[in-house]
Amino acid sequence: MKFPVHTSPYGHLPNSVSREMGLVLAALVPGVVAMVWYFGWGVVINIAIASVTAVVAEAAVLKLRGRPVARTLADLSALVTATLLAIALPPLLPWWLTVLGTLFAILFVKHLYGGLGYNPFNPAMAAYVLLLISFPVPMTRWLPPEMLTDVHLSFLQTLQAILTGHLPDALTWDAITSATPLDEMRTQLEFNKTISEIRQSPLWGDFGARGWEWVGNWFAIGGLFLLWRKVIGWQIPAGVLAGLLLTAGLFWMFDPETIPFPGFHLFSGGTILGAFFIATDPVTASTTPRGRLIYGFLIGMTVFIIRTWGGYPDAVAFAVLLMNMAAPTIDYYTRPRVFGQRENGDG
Amino acid sequence: MITRNPGSWDFHGGIHRPDMKAMSAGKYLGKVPLPKRLVIPLQQHIGTIAEPLVEPGERVFKGQTIARVTEYIGAPIHAPTSGTIIEISEQPVAHPSGLSAPCIMMEADGEDRWWDQLPEPLPWFEELDAATLRERIRWAGIVGLGGAAFPTSVKVNPGPDRKIDTLVINGAECEPYITCDDYLMRTQADRIVEGIRVLMHVVNAGECLIGIEDNKPEAIAAMEKAVADSDLQTTRVITVPTRYPMGGEKQLIKVLTGKEVPSNGIPAEIGVICLNVATTAAVTDAVMAGRPLLSRLVTVTGEGVNNPGNVEVPYGVPMSQVIEFTGGYSDKAYKLILGGPMMGFTLGDDEVPVTKATNCLLVASREEAPDPVHAQPCIRCGKCAAACPAQLLPQQLYWYARSKDLEKCQEYNLFDCIECGCCAWVCPSHIPLVQYYRFAKTETWAQEKEKQAAEEARRRHEARVERLERLERERKARLRKKKEALEKKSSGTDPKKAAIEAAVQRAAQKKKAQQQTEEPS
Repeated sequence: MKFPVHTSPYGHLPNSVSREMGLVLAALVPGVVAMVWYFGWGVVINIAIASVTAVVAEAAVLKLRGRPVARTLADLSALVTATLLAIALPPLLPWWLTVLGTLFAILFVKHLYGGLGYNPFNPAMAAYVLLLISFPVPMTRWLPPEMLTDVHLSFLQTLQAILTGHLPDALTWDAITSATPLDEMRTQLEFNKTISEIRQSPLWGDFGARGWEWVGNWFAIGGLFLLWRKVIGWQIPAGVLAGLLLTAGLFWMFDPETIPFPGFHLFSGGTILGAFFIATDPVTASTTPRGRLIYGFLIGMTVFIIRTWGGYPDAVAFAVLLMNMAAPTIDYYTRPRVFGQRENGDG
Repeated sequence: MITRNPGSWDFHGGIHRPDMKAMSAGKYLGKVPLPKRLVIPLQQHIGTIAEPLVEPGERVFKGQTIARVTEYIGAPIHAPTSGTIIEISEQPVAHPSGLSAPCIMMEADGEDRWWDQLPEPLPWFEELDAATLRERIRWAGIVGLGGAAFPTSVKVNPGPDRKIDTLVINGAECEPYITCDDYLMRTQADRIVEGIRVLMHVVNAGECLIGIEDNKPEAIAAMEKAVADSDLQTTRVITVPTRYPMGGEKQLIKVLTGKEVPSNGIPAEIGVICLNVATTAAVTDAVMAGRPLLSRLVTVTGEGVNNPGNVEVPYGVPMSQVIEFTGGYSDKAYKLILGGPMMGFTLGDDEVPVTKATNCLLVASREEAPDPVHAQPCIRCGKCAAACPAQLLPQQLYWYARSKDLEKCQEYNLFDCIECGCCAWVCPSHIPLVQYYRFAKTETWAQEKEKQAAEEARRRHEARVERLERLERERKARLRKKKEALEKKSSGTDPKKAAIEAAVQRAAQKKKAQQQTEEPS
């Protein structure tokens, strides 16, 4: 009898890239729902715009590159990039900026380098930084969380604002938008106010900014889900959080009136999302276990440095991109000891 | 030295794959009857191919040595039954690439008559020295029966300056589906323990640790009883967790003793020798009964056979007949795998003979051994590194193997890869990683060979140039000598010329004197 031939091992775990990416998308759901609750429908509309753009752009570029379209799209990585970018964007951002950012992420950051697995930089964060630097005004016009405003735009009103830039009558952009808490903290500190004065504002909740802290918590639940499903390892999230908390804690102890306390950093911006969903992008992160811990720690430290002394309050994106550059070097110096070799050097 | 808390260590990585052993565990289907015609490969082991001692037409008997070893690493081949040699020629054998190899073909006469020159049994082995017993093991053609088929006589000879502390007997049988070692331990524990007594004497080890995975409780119980009934004081049965590749030599040694076999090294360097349970039982036959290795237990299993179980198979029997004997292929038969699903290899044809290395015939269904799916790009998730028992970085190796950067592959310890397949099993992108590593290893070997050939050619060229130069020098030297001799001649002191000149002068003087004397007169 004759049989077909191929090499071992035969069979594999019932997992796939599509499944991993699908789990990441699923894990984002609680955080996204929380964002919709606090910041309105714009979040969903942005995700939809970014997703459609990403899929169309990826299909087009795959066709141009002569790669299988359907099979590659099925890895869902374009949707993950689109979603991560969209939830980092202000909820009422004009649609064409979302489209521009997504196109940049998919075409330039991802496919010009060879597509999934080959991009040195996190596509969502690179696109976010591009938009932030090129269009600082719309990119810093956030909405206040639901409990701090009387204005609640309906779905259609939000859609209209995003697509046409027109707000309902009697509303102005200045009236409905506000700076992000990170921005607010920075501005107030520049006015030489002390932290305790600043924290008098209704903006601040128990540990971070009101609304934002709960968004962070829900993203954390998604992150724990990813940890449990072993989609991500513990090293990068732990590294990011430890790097940020320890650095912030150290400086805060010396100067608690001008350096915000560590909890603020955790729950006022994109830290939790960054620690569990963005820094953990395996393609652009370090790959060795020790390297991942270091990579995460350095991101956490950089986030604190940028937030405290840098020009932009939106530190996670910059920190991730900077460490993307460092990842190959970190990998090189953190290679694990091979079985049968002595602790350092050859056995 | 006695190991404290054996089995309390761990190895990195590994995987849990459904072990599928229940299909065949504990089931014995009998001894496969001898077919009319046997095909006996001359190479059933690692090392030098055996050299035939018989000629076509010659009559041979069961247990007769029909091919001998010519170099240190090798094993002789014996006739599995009595009969007549038909021919010695290239025949298809069980090889991943479907290659042919030299085989002795013999026709069984059905009498199964033993050779009358078998060596005597050595039940008093304790009074004999290790070299004599090693020679017996070598004569019996025993090789590692776990599948690697490395000559056992070489393995149990660590050299005079290496002290062996621990003899490790490998009964882990970590590959899914395979149960032949399990069956052997359940039913022939005494035979294994007897072999341990012999081997302890041969390698002079202080203790023996028998490692068995905890999914084989019957085997553990049987072995524990056999050890307790024996006079072996320092032999212990150690239950180890079921995790692939626990049965890998380096992994089992680490778990049992806490010692790591050095990278590129062998267990003897850390005072350990590791042998499989079936190999140990074969040693008993060779020493206590004077019988060579003629048959082995083979697991026939998978959804592709009607009746999975274990069978005793003489070497040289075609696999098709083994499967026939167990009850034939089922409708689900899709792939024929020699060995287990993790490290075995597929055979294109079942008309190849069972050899010493054949531990399992896995006839897998399409679900058990699916065709490779299209690989997605590596997303560097690192799951492979987490699973790698050699603690390598498979994704980096993949990267370098793909770009044929063989130097980098070496730098990332490619040759510490044991090809266990854990990385490929966990890879979410379904990349056939092991295939890349095999490729890189083969390329490296080829390059090394080429380098050696180039080096050889360079040496030959240099020698030739030197020889030509020497010849040239010698020729020149000869010419110079000749020339010098000539020049010497021409430089005026030629005696002949001088004599002629002197004669001419004398004649002239004579003439002058004559003229002078004539004038006055």
